Amino acid sequence: MKFDRRSILNWFLGGSTFAWLGSVVYPVLRFLSPPPEQEAAVSSVKATTLTEMEPNSGKVFKFGRKPALLVRRPDGDFVAYLAECTHLDCTVQYRAEKEDIWCACHNGVYDLNGTNVSGPPPRPLDALEVHTQGDDVYVTQKS
Amino acid sequence: MSPKNRKRSLLDWAKDRYPIAQFQEWAKHKTVPVGRGAFWYYFGGITLFLFLIQVGTGIMLMFYYKGSADTAFESVQFISAKVPFGWLIRSVHAWSANLMILSAFIHMFSVFFMRAYRKPRELTWISGIVLLAILFGFGFSGYLLPWNELAFFATKVGTDIIGIVPYIGEPIMYVLRGGEDVTGSTLPRFFALHVALFPALLTMFMFVHLFFIQLQGIHEPQAWETQPEQRKTMPFFPHFFMRELLFWLITLNVLAALAVFFPAELGVEANPFSPAPAGIKPEWYFLATFEFLKYMPAHVGPIEGESLGLLVISFGGLLWCLVPWIDRGTNRRITTTVMIVGVVALLFLTIMTYRGYFA
Repeated sequence: MKFDRRSILNWFLGGSTFAWLGSVVYPVLRFLSPPPEQEAAVSSVKATTLTEMEPNSGKVFKFGRKPALLVRRPDGDFVAYLAECTHLDCTVQYRAEKEDIWCACHNGVYDLNGTNVSGPPPRPLDALEVHTQGDDVYVTQKS
Repeated sequence: MSPKNRKRSLLDWAKDRYPIAQFQEWAKHKTVPVGRGAFWYYFGGITLFLFLIQVGTGIMLMFYYKGSADTAFESVQFISAKVPFGWLIRSVHAWSANLMILSAFIHMFSVFFMRAYRKPRELTWISGIVLLAILFGFGFSGYLLPWNELAFFATKVGTDIIGIVPYIGEPIMYVLRGGEDVTGSTLPRFFALHVALFPALLTMFMFVHLFFIQLQGIHEPQAWETQPEQRKTMPFFPHFFMRELLFWLITLNVLAALAVFFPAELGVEANPFSPAPAGIKPEWYFLATFEFLKYMPAHVGPIEGESLGLLVISFGGLLWCLVPWIDRGTNRRITTTVMIVGVVALLFLTIMTYRGYFA
């Protein structure tokens, strides 16, 4: 490599151009990407009451920033999952007549254990824990 | 001074200052081929006309639209129910968007089957595909703006598909959504894309596209090269121009009829904490992709079916961009193969769209 005056000047100019471009592009990219939301992670949500929810029914409720699905199975037990389909993020629902969990967007089906049984979903739903205290039904993160 | 003289003096005034005569000379020599394929030449212009309608009605809608999650649905409801002719303007905007994409598709396939993409028009072809991609962006971003249930879930799915792309997908999804999920933060972003970025990009690429066409003239059938005695053209001004205007008028009538008899619906306001409704579907021009992805199994070997489907579609799109370099018109067999693939692609899109629509 030659180190005459011209090539040094060219390096200097080129380097400054890159530095300048970086100092313009970097803040723009950072600006476009929003800061993570400062919401406290939810640990426990009161989803329903025993008297409110019949066996063989489901309910979508707000679990922090995400939708979650509480299902009261035909035998009266509760199960809860994050309601986001593992396929493409649509919100799933309980189908009482087929006793399964269904995503309307691309016809994905899960059983009541949250396992993907048919359609495009690649993996089971994320499970949550259900506790009952008296008449109240609480849903918490899986410990 | 009679009106005619005044016009003349105005023209003279302009001629003294600008190269009007040169422009007149250029316009006089601009021609359009006449023949079997001539009917299809109008669709580029029709797409342009529909875009102009979109700009006009879009600006009008912005006078009332309020782009935030709390107000968007209500403001569109207000436009549809309370604003005089609001329903009409919104319907025209929605229908014109659909017709514009349809007409762009017709334009693209007619160029394809006339093999007008060949040298020297490779970059015209590419700029056209970029324009179509921007139109898809318009459709996708505009779909969310009324903030209804269908749009909400379509956006969730659409942005999630972008997230599948390795490395760059996730950050792009995050930026588009304005966070991890589709929320009220997503709406202003889509609004900004829809009314600022995409119009700017589209205008830019449209000028590039038209500039190329001006430089090279309209593609003429290949047979004319060997049989120049068959060559038949008409002047662009006024012959073709007037015919184009007639097509614009017909388009406007079709648009008006559709907007009046099948007004745009609004549906139910989006609620991030309610399940996706049954029968959810994207706009028709995304249906083929939607239907195709539906047929993908959960896993194919080590990769998720979704990723494979996306890979296949991207590969198809890339081939489509490269068509001018694949078929250079020097090898008959390649040309025949490319044309057959084109027919198959068209059939595939039609069948998938049909199945998606009636599934």
